[in-house]
Amino acid sequence: MQTTQIEALKKIVGQDHVLTTPEDLYTYSYDATPGHAHMPDAVVIPGTTQEVSEIMKFANENKIPVYTRGSGTNLSAGTVPTKGGIVLLMTRFNKIEEVDLENLVATVQVGVIVSDLNDEVAKNGLIYPPDPGTVATATLGGTISENAGGLRGLKYGVSKHYVMGLEVVLANGDILKTGGKNVKDVSGYDMTKLFTGAEGTLGVLTKAIVKLVPAPEAKKSMMAIFKDLDDAGRAVSGIVAAKIIPATLEIMDNATIRTVDDYAKIGLPLDAEAILLIEVDGIPEVVEKEATKVMEVLKSNNAAEVQIAKTDAERDQLWAARRAALPALAKLRPTTYVEDATVPRSQVPAFLKAVKEISARNNVTIGTFGHAGDGNMHPTIVCDLRNKEEMERVYKAMDEMFKAAVELNGTLSGEHGIGLGKLPWMEYQHGTQGMNAMKAIKRALDPNLILNPGKLVGEC
Amino acid sequence: MTKQITASDINAHDKELLNDLQDALANCMKCGNCMAVCPIYKETSKESSVARGKLALMEAVLNGTLPISAGFDTAMAKCLNCKSCTFKCPCGVKADELILRGRQAAVKSRGLHPIKKNVFRLLRNRQLFDFALKMGGTFGPLTFKKIPGKMAAVSRFPMPGMDAKRATAPISSSPLRSQYPEVIKVANPKFKAAFFTGCTINYMYTDVGESVINVLKENDVEVVIPGTQHCCGTPVYVSGDVDLAKEMAKKTIETFEKFNVDYIIGACGSCTEALKEYPHWLHDDKEWHARAEKLAKKTFEISEFLVDVLDFRKDTLGPVNATVTMHDPCHMVRGLKITKQPREVLKAIPGLKFVEMKDCDRCCGSGGSFSLANYDLSRQINDKKVANIANTKADIVATSCGTCRMHIQDGILQNDMNQDVVHTVQLLDRAYKAGKSK
Ligand SMILES: Cc1cc2nc3c(=O)[nH]c(=O)nc-3n(C[C@H](O)[C@H](O)[C@H](O)COP(=O)(O)OP(=O)(O)OC[C@H]3O[C@@H](n4cnc5c(N)ncnc54)[C@H](O)[C@@H]3O)c2cc1C
Ligand code: SF4
Ligand code: SF4
Ligand code: SF4
Repeated sequence: MQTTQIEALKKIVGQDHVLTTPEDLYTYSYDATPGHAHMPDAVVIPGTTQEVSEIMKFANENKIPVYTRGSGTNLSAGTVPTKGGIVLLMTRFNKIEEVDLENLVATVQVGVIVSDLNDEVAKNGLIYPPDPGTVATATLGGTISENAGGLRGLKYGVSKHYVMGLEVVLANGDILKTGGKNVKDVSGYDMTKLFTGAEGTLGVLTKAIVKLVPAPEAKKSMMAIFKDLDDAGRAVSGIVAAKIIPATLEIMDNATIRTVDDYAKIGLPLDAEAILLIEVDGIPEVVEKEATKVMEVLKSNNAAEVQIAKTDAERDQLWAARRAALPALAKLRPTTYVEDATVPRSQVPAFLKAVKEISARNNVTIGTFGHAGDGNMHPTIVCDLRNKEEMERVYKAMDEMFKAAVELNGTLSGEHGIGLGKLPWMEYQHGTQGMNAMKAIKRALDPNLILNPGKLVGEC
Repeated sequence: MTKQITASDINAHDKELLNDLQDALANCMKCGNCMAVCPIYKETSKESSVARGKLALMEAVLNGTLPISAGFDTAMAKCLNCKSCTFKCPCGVKADELILRGRQAAVKSRGLHPIKKNVFRLLRNRQLFDFALKMGGTFGPLTFKKIPGKMAAVSRFPMPGMDAKRATAPISSSPLRSQYPEVIKVANPKFKAAFFTGCTINYMYTDVGESVINVLKENDVEVVIPGTQHCCGTPVYVSGDVDLAKEMAKKTIETFEKFNVDYIIGACGSCTEALKEYPHWLHDDKEWHARAEKLAKKTFEISEFLVDVLDFRKDTLGPVNATVTMHDPCHMVRGLKITKQPREVLKAIPGLKFVEMKDCDRCCGSGGSFSLANYDLSRQINDKKVANIANTKADIVATSCGTCRMHIQDGILQNDMNQDVVHTVQLLDRAYKAGKSK
């Protein structure tokens, strides 16, 4: 970018809100995804939708790439400015504009941190359910753009189930509104859903109207240990077949169990093939009933050991193992890939077996944990990015893993998005026709291909 | 323009140091968890102020992408050393320490910030320091405008590195150590303990020192205050001048070795932590490491000593009728992990109503000399603390660090409030006194 262009941007947002020192630029060259980094030419921090619009108009006319960024915690290189240009930092959009208790919706600017929104609505006994592991840092805009989910996905779904309306700035600077507060709204194409999960490739979100739900009155957590993976799989299906939808139904494989226990010393059985962690929530009486039923299903599927938490402290204890899963794995080696391949829940055991084989075959350390209830697995690869030979094996393992997921009728991502990281397999999952349709949408909304170019649908 | 020193210059200089640094940095998975807790990031929302960003910049310097520049220096300086990031980090990255290493590199290549340079020249030389502060004390009324009733004053003339608006404690006209004999005897001594006064207590908050001595005496402890003791070295260490800090650590060890005491008591989270950390500072010197270990084993923070070692006297306590809240200094809560003991001290006092404030363990923004160089930013961070204090309706804030006390007291005044900020041990002292006048 030329100096005159930087000056033009400064005119729009003010001197202080354009960063150009090498140090500042360097700190926006990466996100939470290992192995991708590129320097932008400028970091621009707008304060109003109008300013975003002016920036976009300017960038579009000058064909400057724009990468919208929230907190940069995504795991698919979604914010890496691979072609230089502008990183559009949305952190100043930090106001919760309205909590509408009659309609149970909130109107929120996109830079608000998700847990701040939750703290605010909790005052009225409500929750905004999407809760990625990064709730305390991720922005609403980033989570909507990644269609983020979290531990409660099985019962509560992912971001797209809660976004009712958006304010979006298009590539040419046009400001448009989609959806609204209507519970039923079938007027036209579902533009709200289109921009949700678009990973910043179709427009810049500035504001969102999101659905809130009553906070559950009670919760109950249980943990079951399985010596046999298939038993664990049958228990998962069994719980759902018993018409219980737990808020959370998590699994950890043997590699993860061993690592966690080595790290946190909580006395987990090292020979167990899987641990299931289940939490039911809702009205106290129903929670009691469902918990009892879940325990029965666990036992009838040969769980070697079943525990139920009677107090909050016990609940914390049960969850300690799951909470430690990522940190424990991450500490093993310098580089950590948290992958996100997802399969229909009936295929969870098959997928876990496939991962185990892939890991052994390629001599790569992979621990898998994840949301068994919704089939969303997080095979976590730990390695050292600086070791070339090892990385070749890692990439090969990844390739085999994603293909295995798709072959089991799964998908590349349950909640982390595609970005650059999973681009190589997109065609494998969607076919040429699918990719063509997506590229056509991209070209229609962003003809100069300036918004997060090369991501999600690739070059087009 | 300063001469740009590149990675290769430093590499030639310090290869080994950098290699293990590189490994440590590689452990950061850039997950961004530290964003949730970094007080500076909360104010600036800029990646260069969160641990992740600072570590990335160090990586860039090490791999030759960026030179050590003024910008790098500024980024490294924007850290309170509050350890929140390290505590939050899922990968066990000791970000606070690594950032200090980054500062160290910056110091090596560029020299210290000019303001700090002057202050440190003073710290290095105890006599000069004593003299400078005594002058400040003698002429205190000239340089400091008193604010009635409070241990605070607004600096009337610009002091080097101090913001003109800033309220500080008046510098005492006679330092604590000149008010007491080196050995303070008691009738039936249970133990003999040396008191590490630290600079803030010796020169500014002599009231805290007095309370420490009173309370120890009350508990039948003979107190030794080595006259030649000196600053612990923390401010120098956190600014990146590790060599000078090591020198100061050795001086401290030598000084305290001369007195055959059972314990060494500190009354400031940072100083006490420093003494306990000396073995780490001196890890690469076998002889000094062993001597440091000996000292570290004997070192206790006053409330830790009162509760864990002494089981302090409660039968002679009189009432202190006040509502008190507590601020946990970073180096107490995350450094020494001492949080229960100061609360036990307060809760033992009759009449005292204790209320927790929200985020009691969040950094107050002082960060030792950080607030000297970044006053406005440290004020913003402090305003959050002050708001939490206001919500408790307490009339006294207890804390265990001099610089926190000064910074919070300043914040309270700047926000037109009137709470008193004191060291926890001062309230205990007050209670013993109330017990006597019963
Ligand atoms: C340790 C760890 C655990 C995680 N756990 C989970 C989990 O459990 N579930 C889950 O779903 N994810 C998880 N994630 C991934 C990540 O936290 C989410 O993707 C999160 O939604 C990203 O939010 P952000 O604000 O950091 O967005 P960013 O990373 O800044 O951006 C994400 C994407 O959204 C785009 N974008 C951001 N803001 C806007 C906007 N205003 N308009 C248009 N586009 C925009 C960006 O261009 C980018 O493509 C985890 C990540 C880590 C590091
Ligand atoms: S320092 Fe720790 S918490 Fe911060 S980004 Fe790195 S790994 Fe995450
Ligand atoms: S030590 Fe504190 S101020 Fe420094 S980077 Fe960590 S959290 Fe931020
Ligand atoms: S840490 Fe602070 S209070 Fe303690 S001795 Fe050093 S300067 Fe003084």
